Amino acid sequence: MSLSEYFELLISDYTLRTITLGTAVLGAICGMLGSFAVLRKQSLLGDAISHAALPGIALAFLITGAKDTNILLLGALVSGLIGTFWIRGMITKTHLKTDTALGLILSLFFGFGMLLLTFIQKQPNANQAGLDKYLFGQAATLVEKDVNLMVIVTGICLVVLLLFWKEFKILLFDADYTKTLGFNTKFIDVLITFFIVLAIVLGLQTVGVVLMSAMLLAPAAAARQWTNKLSMMVFLAAIFGAFSGVFGTAISASQNNLSTGPVIVLVAGAFVLLSFIFSPGRGLLFRELRFRKNRRDLELQKTLQFMYGISKTHSDISHPHAIKILNDFQGFTRRSLQKLEEKDWITLTGQQWSLTQKGFNKAKNLYNQQEDD
Amino acid sequence: MTSPQIEIQIIACIVAIACAIPGVFLVLRKMALISDAISHSILPGIVLGFFLTHDLNSPWLILLAAITGVITVVLVEAIQKTGLVKEDTAIGLVFPVLFSIGVILIAKNANDVHLDVDAVLLGELAFAPFDRWLVAGADLGPKSLWVMGTILLITLVLLFLFFKELKVSTFDAGLSSALGISPIVMHYGLMSVSSVTVVGAFDAVGAILVVALMIAPAATAYLLTSDLKKMIYLSVGFGVFSAIAGYWVAHWLDASISGSMTTVLGLVFLAVYLFAPDKGLISVMYRQRQQRTEVSLLTFLLHLNNHSEENERHINHLQEHINWQKVRSRTVLDLALKNNMIEIEDNVVSLTSKGKEFTDLALEYIITNKDEKIEFMKDDFFLFRG
Repeated sequence: MSLSEYFELLISDYTLRTITLGTAVLGAICGMLGSFAVLRKQSLLGDAISHAALPGIALAFLITGAKDTNILLLGALVSGLIGTFWIRGMITKTHLKTDTALGLILSLFFGFGMLLLTFIQKQPNANQAGLDKYLFGQAATLVEKDVNLMVIVTGICLVVLLLFWKEFKILLFDADYTKTLGFNTKFIDVLITFFIVLAIVLGLQTVGVVLMSAMLLAPAAAARQWTNKLSMMVFLAAIFGAFSGVFGTAISASQNNLSTGPVIVLVAGAFVLLSFIFSPGRGLLFRELRFRKNRRDLELQKTLQFMYGISKTHSDISHPHAIKILNDFQGFTRRSLQKLEEKDWITLTGQQWSLTQKGFNKAKNLYNQQEDD
Repeated sequence: MTSPQIEIQIIACIVAIACAIPGVFLVLRKMALISDAISHSILPGIVLGFFLTHDLNSPWLILLAAITGVITVVLVEAIQKTGLVKEDTAIGLVFPVLFSIGVILIAKNANDVHLDVDAVLLGELAFAPFDRWLVAGADLGPKSLWVMGTILLITLVLLFLFFKELKVSTFDAGLSSALGISPIVMHYGLMSVSSVTVVGAFDAVGAILVVALMIAPAATAYLLTSDLKKMIYLSVGFGVFSAIAGYWVAHWLDASISGSMTTVLGLVFLAVYLFAPDKGLISVMYRQRQQRTEVSLLTFLLHLNNHSEENERHINHLQEHINWQKVRSRTVLDLALKNNMIEIEDNVVSLTSKGKEFTDLALEYIITNKDEKIEFMKDDFFLFRG
């Protein structure tokens, strides 16, 4: 199936439409909440939480014996939240650092989850197959019910975001100030963390425990490059996330043997790479161009300054001098002379140059920062 | 115990020791999550290595995968250096992408590769004794025993050779470069050793559980000691204990060995986290409560010191003035009485001479913030010990 066929099928094929819608919604909600995670320097919290959710899934199955997605996700939510708050407890109450706390929760919970999963597999209960889809995720198992759940959660999340926008924003950028203003920072903090955990848990079924953190981070990291405004960043991240979902699903559906999760992550990674390079404000390409331009300007100004140093000893500032005397001076080239002439700062006649009045004034005021150029 | 059982336990112990040693330094250098990143991003290296060698235990595969691990570190640092995102975001971006590439490589070549993502991530120690190293027909034992044994030996040799250098560069990078020990060389050396260890161990315990074996023993030991050597011994001890206990738990539950090793590690950590003498949760909470009471006591004494009028020092007035709950006022009053700081006459509280002296010293400390003023008070009070 080629990509164009995929988009044709998208309209007619029910399953494909459900899956695409699901990954798109998932990408959007992850992008939105991921923006907060990235800005709060909690990027890797997502990784820890998604791993920490595994024992919850296994325990939920062990207790209920049913493989209902909602119940399993509820278990994941509970164990993800326990993991999150344990991480916080560790950071605030002991001298273990954030990275150690994250790594501990991640690996210990995951190991416990694996113990439970392998234990379940040995049980004489034929119902257990398929629990391991939460490890790597299988978008193909998304059904309408799951997508509905995602849409509802995204809706609630949007409403809460809009309601508490001001609080989230101020907590993000200045937690101490928030406290002095009398906001209940603990509540806001728990609220946003809760929604981040919720988004991660929702994504487990689609992209799996291992890759979930990238779903959360990548759209936000890409969006960050294009704007310095929080609202714009959240919006862009949602768009990037949704597009990663759709493109990822499209590519994996059009090829054999490609699981959706990794492809979505790669698409999101490509978004990040493009943003890193091409974003006009922060991107590497434009930054390099700016550097070059600045360097060129600096050389021109150096040459001009040198000329100024020579000319100001003469009563006539436009007194012609030989180009030769510039030879010892670094930063002078034929081209830079032409540039200077283009700017009307000097005039060239044969092998001689002379400073113009404009160039003289320019050089005189070069280091005067009050002057506009 | 049968011979495979013994072999499994030996392999588990060796893996645990080999992981615990670099783990200590990763935890101390606040780079614990790098091990997580490496353990995921070696996947494409393993897959490529497997295409070339068709043997999961080949040294070339281990080398290739370890190089991927080091590349991860370099990539993370390169991204971080652009200043576009923070370090943790850089880690979080690099390893899922590399891991995805690995998963896709496996999926696209499913027919040629007898390699399962599950196997790489989760490992299965129970099968380790069946893959034996045969030289000219002689059975030299399980391959992974040899692989991990070699890695452990190299780690130990490097640890003994460079212990001082590692120590200095871990705790004071500035001093270390001033002494002529390049922190960068140490950094990449440690990263390479960690990479090799992760790659060697993934086959036995799986990529994610390697992270547990690296971080958990070190973090547990860190809660118990502040001495680097003791920390290494302790974490090796925890690693070995959890390896053996984990094996028997798995045996009993008939479940994954690596999973139960991690669970045992988790339980050990939980116990230490709660009950460690100085840095454990309970002792920290106790200390914080003590400190709160002592701050209250100090506030109370300062209040008494500031007011000579009787109505300000009346017991009932104190409650409303400093705005304390009844129980709290009682605790503070009792503590002050017990220490002979105050005396109560007709429900009017006044400072004793000892209390006065104490308050003056405390005031001086608060104003000047110099430690020597309160040296001798430290015995009585937690507050000044920090």
